[in-house]
Amino acid sequence: MTDPGAGLGGPALLELRDVGKDFGSVIALDGISTTVRAGEVTCVLGDNGAGKSTLIKILAGVHRPDRGQVLLDGQPVSFSAPRDALDAGIATVYQDLAMIPLMAIWRNFFLGAEPTRGRGPFRRFDSARAKEVTRRELLAMGIDIRDPDQPVGTLSGGERQSVAIARAVHFGARVLILDEPTSALGVKQAGIVLRYIAQARDRGVGVVFITHNPHHAHPVGDRFLLLGRGRSLGDFAKGEVSVEEITRLMAGGAELAELTTELERPLPQKDGS
Amino acid sequence: MVIFTFFALQSSVFRSLSGVANWLDPASTLGIMAVAVALLMIGGHFDLSAGVMTGTTALTVGIVATEFGQHIWVAIAAALVVALAIGFLNGWLVTRTGLPSFIITLGTFLMLQGLNLGLTKLFTGTVSAGGIASAGGYGSAEWVFASRLEVAGVEFRVAILWWVLFTALATWVLLRTRFGNWVFATGGDEVAARNVGVPARRTTITLFMTTAAAAWFVGTTLAVRLTSVQANTGIGQELIYIVAAVIGGCLLTGGFGSAVGASLGALIFGMTQLGIVYLRWDADWFYFFLGVMLLLAVLANRLVRRYAEAARR
Ligand SMILES: Nc1ncnc2c1ncn2[C@@H]1O[C@H](COP(=O)(O)OP(=O)(O)O)[C@@H](O)[C@H]1O
Ligand SMILES: [Mg+2]
Repeated sequence: MTDPGAGLGGPALLELRDVGKDFGSVIALDGISTTVRAGEVTCVLGDNGAGKSTLIKILAGVHRPDRGQVLLDGQPVSFSAPRDALDAGIATVYQDLAMIPLMAIWRNFFLGAEPTRGRGPFRRFDSARAKEVTRRELLAMGIDIRDPDQPVGTLSGGERQSVAIARAVHFGARVLILDEPTSALGVKQAGIVLRYIAQARDRGVGVVFITHNPHHAHPVGDRFLLLGRGRSLGDFAKGEVSVEEITRLMAGGAELAELTTELERPLPQKDGS
Repeated sequence: MVIFTFFALQSSVFRSLSGVANWLDPASTLGIMAVAVALLMIGGHFDLSAGVMTGTTALTVGIVATEFGQHIWVAIAAALVVALAIGFLNGWLVTRTGLPSFIITLGTFLMLQGLNLGLTKLFTGTVSAGGIASAGGYGSAEWVFASRLEVAGVEFRVAILWWVLFTALATWVLLRTRFGNWVFATGGDEVAARNVGVPARRTTITLFMTTAAAAWFVGTTLAVRLTSVQANTGIGQELIYIVAAVIGGCLLTGGFGSAVGASLGALIFGMTQLGIVYLRWDADWFYFFLGVMLLLAVLANRLVRRYAEAARR
């Protein structure tokens, strides 16, 4: 398949070839192939239990694939721990975000990678620089934080996702994996997060965006990998597929049509108001 | 503030300079412990063995200095090694097993309580270790741990100075170092902290060793000051340290608090303890007061947590 619409199509940053993973007798994934390019968004879509989380855990170094290959810059790689993936520039933002609600935004931003100044016993956390960089990085992503000193817990869900994305980009992520960043959010908040996904993409990051909502995936996606019960239902470039087709493929067309008629039937007890 | 005004209005001794020196004294040794315990609580853990450890270290100083006839500084160094070993053991067990620190340190608390009595009896034949003043080098140790400084004609104990120093140091570490950031993160959400590369295990063990080192400092102060140490020294104090830290704003759930707050908690404690004596009230009221303050503090702390988590989700 080619992707004439995207017009980018640089060399693949990350490539999956016939990847499979079993948990005991459960085949969680089988025969999955797709590519992630710099400055592109690869969406992974699928219903609950389709294998989306398993797929990103393979990319993030949490699981090892039982079959197939993962290639980074064209070279086969095998991550034995999340740290390996991180060192290779693959950052993952999980749903729980790895942020500490009671701590200030700037403290969270640099957690585990604090800049220091001074030497020996006087080596200290360079808080002035940390605050400055946090504000600058968030602004660069178009995130206007009132006060970097406020605890992360006071931010809305969308803002927190955005801070996590900005953090990953700042620390040099080449591939950014987002596990259902919009699923717990309202329409407006989800829109904000989608904007930051586009921002990260425009800064040259290869994004892997996991979601079960075609309406979130379609506007930002350059490539769509559809999963169903661990198998690939298709791997499309933008322009090859519409929102309606994605929805139909994901739900298994006939089932959804049936469901629609069932739900549309008016119930006797309910009135129209 | 309110507490000070209350007692100061009621008692002229309380507000006199010598009165201040008097109530600052219990506040200081308690404060040194409360600051260390506060760091540990911010890091998400408790240490029930912290009180009895002041006894263990004081007894070690006494026994090594008198029964083994060692120079006092050798005895003090030996006590430090013992304390750091116990602190390491506490931290190691907690991080290894993943059990609540409450239960692990309850175990070390009981063990140390038994050891303090058993070993003291074994070495001295009594339930105390005395005669520390006759050890070699006692003068210099007394100068460091138990001297008095004269300010405006009133003698203040040097422990007050140490307390202020330790509070300042702890505040600096908490707010201005990487380690401080890790302490907040480990106590706030250990899994999340580890996910972003914080050495949570090492942080926890270091905090337990810090608490143990504080217990060593206070234990040594007691031994040098009193020159004779009872085998039951420090038992029951561990809860007071925790109360002081909580009054000072530490969350029981970890991840929030300050060293200055814990010191204020200790100050309130010292003021109440002696204020009640000056008013010639029954000492039983002291615990009533303490209970009221603890409850108020816990309720106030709950609001802090609510605020910080207000917009979650
Ligand atoms: N650690 C695991 N052990 C056993 N089975 C698992 C494990 N993780 C996932 N699975 C199974 O693999 C399948 C895919 O799960 P998952 O990747 O979490 O789906 P999704 O994220 O798309 O909802 C499910 O059937 C799930 O039960
Ligand atoms: Mg999932």
